[in-house]
Amino acid sequence: MALTSTSLKPTKATETLHAAKRRPKRGMAAWCVLFVLAVVLLLTLIPFFLAGLNAFKSAADYAANGPVGLPRELSFEGIISFWENVDFGNKLVNSVVISTAVAVSAVILSLLNAYAIGIGRIRGHRVLLALFMIGLTLPQEALVYPLYYLSKEVGLYDTKASIIIVLAVLQSAFGTYFVASVLTAFPREILEAAKIDGAGRLNILFRVVLPIIRPTLMVLGTFFFIWTWNEFFLPLVMLVSDSNQTVTQAMGTLQGEMTSDPTTTAGAALLGMLPTLIFFLIFQRTLTKGITAGAVK
Amino acid sequence: MVGLLLVVAIPFVTNIILSFTKWAGIGSPSFIGFDNYIRLLRDGNFWVSFLNSIAMIVSMALVPTAISLLLAALLSDFIGSKFGPRIASFFRAGFYLPQILPVTVVGILWGWILLPSSGVLNSVLDGAGLGALKSNWLGQPSTALAAVMAVMVWFQVGYCLVMFMAGLARTDPSLTEAASLDGATWPQRFFHVIIPQLKPEIYVVLLTTSITALKVFAPIFVLTKGGPGNATTVPSYFAWQNFFSKNQVGYGSTISTVMTILIIILAMIFLKVQSKGQEH
Repeated sequence: MALTSTSLKPTKATETLHAAKRRPKRGMAAWCVLFVLAVVLLLTLIPFFLAGLNAFKSAADYAANGPVGLPRELSFEGIISFWENVDFGNKLVNSVVISTAVAVSAVILSLLNAYAIGIGRIRGHRVLLALFMIGLTLPQEALVYPLYYLSKEVGLYDTKASIIIVLAVLQSAFGTYFVASVLTAFPREILEAAKIDGAGRLNILFRVVLPIIRPTLMVLGTFFFIWTWNEFFLPLVMLVSDSNQTVTQAMGTLQGEMTSDPTTTAGAALLGMLPTLIFFLIFQRTLTKGITAGAVK
Repeated sequence: MVGLLLVVAIPFVTNIILSFTKWAGIGSPSFIGFDNYIRLLRDGNFWVSFLNSIAMIVSMALVPTAISLLLAALLSDFIGSKFGPRIASFFRAGFYLPQILPVTVVGILWGWILLPSSGVLNSVLDGAGLGALKSNWLGQPSTALAAVMAVMVWFQVGYCLVMFMAGLARTDPSLTEAASLDGATWPQRFFHVIIPQLKPEIYVVLLTTSITALKVFAPIFVLTKGGPGNATTVPSYFAWQNFFSKNQVGYGSTISTVMTILIIILAMIFLKVQSKGQEH
C-alpha cells in the first residue's frame, strides 16, 4: 500500500495543477467557510467531549485541575458511584423493556388502524385521520391527570404496563397517520389481483401488504423506540417506584446531587448519552431518512 | 381505536370538565364554573409562564431555524459542491448529535457545565482571565432564562438542519448555479433562491418546533425547576406543579386546557398560512 502510493504519487506541482483543473473554484472563501463551520461544529460537540473527559477523573483531580484538562489517571469513581446510586443496570433493563414493548405494539396498532382506513376505506376515513392528527398535537399535560387517576382506579398505577399502554396508543396515532398515507399510495392493481385470487382481508394484509411496507414499519418502529426511550413527562408521573424507573427518568431526578459531585454528574451524563449514541450509530441512515419522510409530503 | 378513546378522548374531555371544578384529587370535584379561568387571567405566574413560552418559541423555533437555514445553505451550496457530499453529511451528522439525547441528559450535561462553583463554563472563564464574567448562570433571575434559551438553541439546531438539507436535496441545484452565473452574490442567492425553494420545509419546521416549544417540560424540570422564583417557569411546568405538588387539580386542568387551545390556534394559523403560500 505504502509502496504503490509513493510510486504513483505525482509530483507536487502536477498534483496542484490537477487539483486546480478539476476543482477550480475552491478558493480562499471556501476554505474560510469550511473553517468557520468546523469551529461551530467543535463548539456543538464540546459538551460531549467534556462529559467523556470528566467521567474518568477522580473527584480530587477535578477539584485540583478543573474540568478542562486531561484526567491525570483513569478513574471510574464517578461512573461507578452513579451506577450504584441509581441502580443503572435496572434502569437500562426497564428502558429496553418498555421501549421495545411500545415500539412493537404501536407498530402493530398503526398497521391495523391504517389498513382499515387506507385500504379497507372505511367510511369517514378523512375525519378519522384528522382526529389522529389532533391526537398528535395535544399536549400530554391535557391528558395526564385523568390518565393518572384512571390508572390508579384500575390498579395499573406504577406498573410498566400502564406506561406501555399509554405510549403505544399515543404513538400509534402518529403511526396510523403515517402508515395510512403510505397505504393510500399503495398500487391497487396488486390488491385487486390478490382479491381475484381469492385472498381474504387478513391474507392480503400479511402476504401482500406487509412484505412491501416492511421497511416503512422498521423506520416507524425505530422512531417509536427512541421516542419512548426519551420520554420523560409520563414516566415521571406514572412510574414512581425506583425499581420501575427508566434511564431518562433517572437522569431527570438526579438534579439534587449535581452540585455535590461534579465527576458523578459527568459520569451520569456519559452513561445517559451512551445508549442513544449507540442507537444513533446503528440507525443513522434509518433516522435521517425517517425524519424527512415523515415531515414533508 | 378503543385504545385511542380510552387514552386520548376520554382523558381529554375529562380534563376539560375538570377545568371547571375545584378538586384536590381526592373526594369529589365541586363545580365552580369559569372561576379557574378568571383566576388564571389574574395570575401573575401564568402570564410569566406565557411570556416564557414566547421565549421558548424564539429559542426553539425561530433562532434554530435561522441558524440552520444558513448552515444548510452553506453546507450544500459551498461545502457539498467544493469538498464533496461526504464532508457535508459529516457536518450534518455532527450538528444533529445533540438531538439524539434524551432531554433530561441534555439537562444534566448543561446543568453541570453551568454550575456556579465547579462548573465548566465558570472554570474556563476563570482560566481565561475573565473571572469577572463568572455567574451563577441558572441560579439567578437575570441569566437563568437566557441560559435555558441558549441550551435549547444548541439542542434544536440539528433537527432543523436535517430537514433543510433534505429540502435542498429535493430542490433543483441548477437554479442556484444559474443565479451565480448571472452574477448573483451569495447573500442574493441565499435570500432569493434558496429560501424561497425551502418554503414548505420552513413551514413544517416552524410549526413542529413551535408546538414542541409550547409543550416544553423536561429541560425546565431538570435545569431550573421553573426558578429562580418563576423566572423560567413554563405552562407545562406550571400545570404539573398544580396537579402533583399543589394538589390543585381543577386549576391544573385549566392551565393545560388553555395550553391546548393555544397550540391548536397556532397549528391552525400555520396551516392557513401554508395553504395560502401553496396557492401562489
